[in-house]
Amino acid sequence: MITKSAKLNPKIFEKDVEMVATRQGYGEGLVLAGEKDEKVVVLSADLKESTRSILFEERFPDRYIEVGVAEQALATIAAGMANYGKIPFISSYAAFSPGRNWEQIRTTIALNDVPVKIVGAHAGLTVGPDGATHQMLEDISIMRAMPNMIVIAPCDFLEAKKATMEAARNGKPTYLRFAREKTPVFTTEETPFKIGRAETFWESKEPMVAMVACGPLLYEALLASKELDKGGIESLVINCHTIKPLDEQAIVRAAKTTGAVVTVEENQITGGLGGAVSEILAKNFPTPMEFIGMPGSFGESGEPDELLEKYGMRAKHIIEAAKRVIARKSS
Amino acid sequence: MEKVSIEELQKKANEIRKDIIKMLLEAGSGHSAGPLGMADVFTALYFAILNHDPKRPDWPERDRVILSNGHIAPVLYATLAHAGYFPLTKLKTLRKLGSGLQGHPERKRLPGVETTSGPLGSGLAQAAGYAYAARMDGARFRVFCLTSDAEHQEGNHWEAVAFAGKYSLSNLTCIVDRNNIQISGHTEDIMPLEPLEDKYKAFNWHVIGIDGHNIEEIIDAVNQARAVYENPTVIIAHTIPGKGVSFMEGLPEWHGKSPNSEEAKRAFADLRTLGGKIKSEHE
Repeated sequence: MITKSAKLNPKIFEKDVEMVATRQGYGEGLVLAGEKDEKVVVLSADLKESTRSILFEERFPDRYIEVGVAEQALATIAAGMANYGKIPFISSYAAFSPGRNWEQIRTTIALNDVPVKIVGAHAGLTVGPDGATHQMLEDISIMRAMPNMIVIAPCDFLEAKKATMEAARNGKPTYLRFAREKTPVFTTEETPFKIGRAETFWESKEPMVAMVACGPLLYEALLASKELDKGGIESLVINCHTIKPLDEQAIVRAAKTTGAVVTVEENQITGGLGGAVSEILAKNFPTPMEFIGMPGSFGESGEPDELLEKYGMRAKHIIEAAKRVIARKSS
Repeated sequence: MEKVSIEELQKKANEIRKDIIKMLLEAGSGHSAGPLGMADVFTALYFAILNHDPKRPDWPERDRVILSNGHIAPVLYATLAHAGYFPLTKLKTLRKLGSGLQGHPERKRLPGVETTSGPLGSGLAQAAGYAYAARMDGARFRVFCLTSDAEHQEGNHWEAVAFAGKYSLSNLTCIVDRNNIQISGHTEDIMPLEPLEDKYKAFNWHVIGIDGHNIEEIIDAVNQARAVYENPTVIIAHTIPGKGVSFMEGLPEWHGKSPNSEEAKRAFADLRTLGGKIKSEHE
């Protein structure tokens, strides 16, 4: 059942649950962060409308900087501004930033240790018809490998807003990952959010399997748990929005409680959340695992729903994975 | 800053060149040609041009120097030490475990190092970001970016040239070490850069070409840049790679290697006599 302390939207499983994209949460969070701290500036590489940084531009035109279609400059100009004392958010699509400018981020932001916020919008498979070039599925992996970098994938509109505001004041190089599609708003303003702390969103009395998820697919994990419950398989769902630093305690505790783990992410399984959780469990509490995520291939054009179906990221796939991992536990 | 004569500055540059050779010999690896070639520019900056205070490296109003081609770190380190940012004795720790004098400069590792650099083509954009942010706040310090010529083969650099031109960042001055060499040969053979001045002009930059070993010309060019309010300025400093050490001068093979002890001895002899211009005091 839904964890009380998570204070989730009571309409979470209803048909008319509100649908808003996480990128909109970014845009609105930016305005709030900008109101709180005048050091916040926003740089865009020609994508202000779709990344929603336009909301900041409308409110603070003097603190909005257009750099053109130049993602390497986007990162390095921001590095200089942060070195001076600003708090720059750089907005583009994840495929281009951090996709194209990874080395510039590594040298001039992470190694330099300046608080630039890298915002990868339109991340994941659900950018749909644009096809494989634009479906960034490696960003969690490549950003997680980078020392000094915080990596966050918010699960819905409200969490995206909170993550943006908190990133503005964490003083660290930070990667924020957002999606294009409208997805259910299943948290509330009261749902706890702290960078680096995973939250339990679902916990039944005697959970046999733990789902560890990040991003909007967390909703699919909750749907899966609800369905599994009906069939007598109790479970636990963790919102692991911060992939780095990973909340090791929460992960190990979930593994000890259940003895079986399924990770869920809209990223390559290799090096992503699945990789991160495996590293922790292999060292601390070896546990059978199954992985929901991109299985080492590129995507293709299609509707978001069709793609999630084809590449096995829906609730029904999570249910199958849960059953598989539970079976492995007893064998 | 107290006024220093051109002759004193030339002597200082020579001291810095000697330290570069000593550091490279001790380290056993590193770049020789670029640091020697830029010794006059660094000397002019830190001893005659910059508004800075080596005792307060974090002074908010200091002029900023962003070194883009981090591989010429030895000349940055030697100049910072001579200027008083840290003791000269530290120079011998170049490239050693635990040293602040990393193979390529790293911010926070050493007083006076403003940014981390090494991978080419990213310095000008950082300097432009710095200059843009400073102008937003009405800060009056100036931002200097030092770049190599060959790193103009990087796309990132030209993105920054366009940005600084668009936003008329007149508080930004870029000094290009136009020494015509890079690790595999001559720039014009590897990937031509000319007409370099015209390229900058096309991006709305003010362009000045100088002899990068003439300290008076370096100071004059920077002063001219200060008086330009409409555009960023690029100073294309024509230099001789390996300047001051006869057997290194002009040779691409000295781009990326350090001298052995025999070569260092010959280099010291050259530098001690200022290329034969003065009598050697010691053997």
